[in-house]
Amino acid sequence: MRSFLLIIFAVFLLGGISRAGETTETNTEGKPSGVFKPGKFVIEHVSDAFEWHIATFGETEISIPLPIILYSSNKGWNVFMSSRFHHGKDSYNGFRIGSVAKEESNDQENSQEVKDKYEGKIVEINTNGEVVGLPVNLSITKTVTGIFVSVIVLLLIFLNIAKSAKRNVNQAPAGMQNLFEPVILFVRDDIAKPAIGEKRFEKFMPFLLSVFFFILINNILGLVPIFPFGANVTGNIGVTLVLALFTFFVTTFNTNKHYWKEIYNPDVPWWLKFPIPLMPIVELTGVITKPFVLMIRLFANMLAGHLIVTVFVSLIFIFAVKLGVAGGLGVSVISVLFSVFMLLLDVLVSFIQAYVFTLLSALYFGMASPDHH
Amino acid sequence: MGFVTPDYGTIFWMLIIFGIVLFILKKYAWGPILKALKDRELSISEALNSAEKARKEVAGLKASNDQIIAEARREKDIILKEARDIKDKIIAEAKNQANAEGQKSIEYTRQQINAEKMSAINDIKIQVAELSVMIAEKVIRKQLDNPKDQEKLVEDLLKDMKLK
Repeated sequence: MRSFLLIIFAVFLLGGISRAGETTETNTEGKPSGVFKPGKFVIEHVSDAFEWHIATFGETEISIPLPIILYSSNKGWNVFMSSRFHHGKDSYNGFRIGSVAKEESNDQENSQEVKDKYEGKIVEINTNGEVVGLPVNLSITKTVTGIFVSVIVLLLIFLNIAKSAKRNVNQAPAGMQNLFEPVILFVRDDIAKPAIGEKRFEKFMPFLLSVFFFILINNILGLVPIFPFGANVTGNIGVTLVLALFTFFVTTFNTNKHYWKEIYNPDVPWWLKFPIPLMPIVELTGVITKPFVLMIRLFANMLAGHLIVTVFVSLIFIFAVKLGVAGGLGVSVISVLFSVFMLLLDVLVSFIQAYVFTLLSALYFGMASPDHH
Repeated sequence: MGFVTPDYGTIFWMLIIFGIVLFILKKYAWGPILKALKDRELSISEALNSAEKARKEVAGLKASNDQIIAEARREKDIILKEARDIKDKIIAEAKNQANAEGQKSIEYTRQQINAEKMSAINDIKIQVAELSVMIAEKVIRKQLDNPKDQEKLVEDLLKDMKLK
C-alpha cells in the first residue's frame, strides 16, 4: 500500500517538476537584465518570505500577498497585506523590508552586521528613512501559509476518515480510510507498540499519529511545486523546533521517578558523580540534545532535498548563460533527469523522515518511564 | 543566513496551529479511527474464535454421529440375530407341532383302520358263519348219504376256511 502511495505521488510530481521547469525558464528568459543568479534563486526558493512568489513575467511579478502583522511600541498593532511593500521596493506606514542596499547608507555599522541584523526582516523607519528598530513581527509568512494549507489538508483527510470510521463500524474500510489505515496501523504496531510498550502506547498514539502525518503531509506537499503547496515548511527550523518542543514536553510530562533518578543519580561509580557531577551533566545534556537532534535532522534533510532539486534546475540556466541556449537545452535533459531522480529520492526521504521523527519520539516516550525492565 | 536561526513569528504561529490541530485531531479523528480499528480487530478475532469453536463443535458432532451410527449398527445386528433366532424357533416349533399332529392323525387313522378291520373281520366272520351254514346245508343236503365222504368234505372245508 505504501509503495502504491509512493508511485501515485511520484507520477504526480513528474508532471509537477516539468511544469516548474518551464515556468522558471520563461522567468529567466523574460528578464530584461538576463542575469541569472543561481545562489539567489536557490536561496529565495527555500527561504521564508512575506509574499508567495509564483512567477515573474518581464517586469511584473506574480505573487500572492500575505498578511503582515506587526507590533511596535511606537505605532501599536499594524495589520496590512504584503502587497503594500510592492515586492520589497516600497515602505508602508513606516515599515519596510530591510536589505543591505537600503540600510547601508543610513547606518554606521559594517555591511555584514547590517545584513545579519536587518536583511529580509521588516524594519521600522522614521520619516527620514532611518531605521529606528525592529517591530514584533507575527506576520503570516509563506511558511505559516504553508502550515495552514497542510493543516487544512490534514484535517480534511482525517476528519473524513474518522467520519467513515464511525459510519462503517466493523466493516471493511473503503476509499480514503483504506488508503491511510495501513499507515496508521504501521505507526501503531511498528512504531508505538515496540518503542513504548504494550501497556502505555495508547496514551501517546494521538500525538505520534499527528506528528507523523503532519510531517509526512508537509514533506510531500513541499515537493509539489504548484501554488498552494510547495512551501518549505519542514525545512524551516522554526517549524521543526516546535515539533521537537512538543516531543520534549510530552516526554517530560510523562516521566516517572526512575527517569529522573537515571539523570541525577545514575548507577555509575561514585567518582563520576562527586565532586564533579560528570554523569548527571552528561545525562542532562542528553535530555536537551534529544529534541535538538530531532529538530536538526528533519530540518536539514528537507532543506537539503529542496536545495538540491533547485540547484539542478538552476544548472540549466547556468549552462544556458555559459554555453548559449543550445548548451542550456542540452544540460536541461540531464538536469531534469537528475531533478526527477532527486524528487523521487525526496519522496522516499519524506517518508523516512516522518518515520524517523515519530520513531525517535516514541523511543523517548518509552525511555521516559522505563517500567518494563 | 536566516536558515538556522528560527524565526519567532513562525514559532508562534506553529505553536498555535499545531496545538489546535493536535487537539482537534485527538478529539475528532484519532479517537474514532483508533477505536474503529480496535473494534474491528476485536470483532475479527472474536469471529475467528467462534469459527474455531464452531469447527470444534462440528467435529464433536461428527464424532458423536459416528458413535450413534455404530451403536445403531450394533443394535441392528442384535435385532437381526434375535429375529433369526425367533424364526428358527418358530420353524422348529411348527415342525414339532406338525410332526405331532401328523403322528396324531396317523395314530387316529391307524385306530380307524383297526376299527374298520375289526368290523370287517366281524362282518367276514358273520358271512363265514352264514357261508358255513350254507355250505353245511348244501353238504348236508348233497352228501348225507355217505358218512365217510361227509367227514372228508367237512374236513376239507374246514381246511380251506382257515381263519386268522
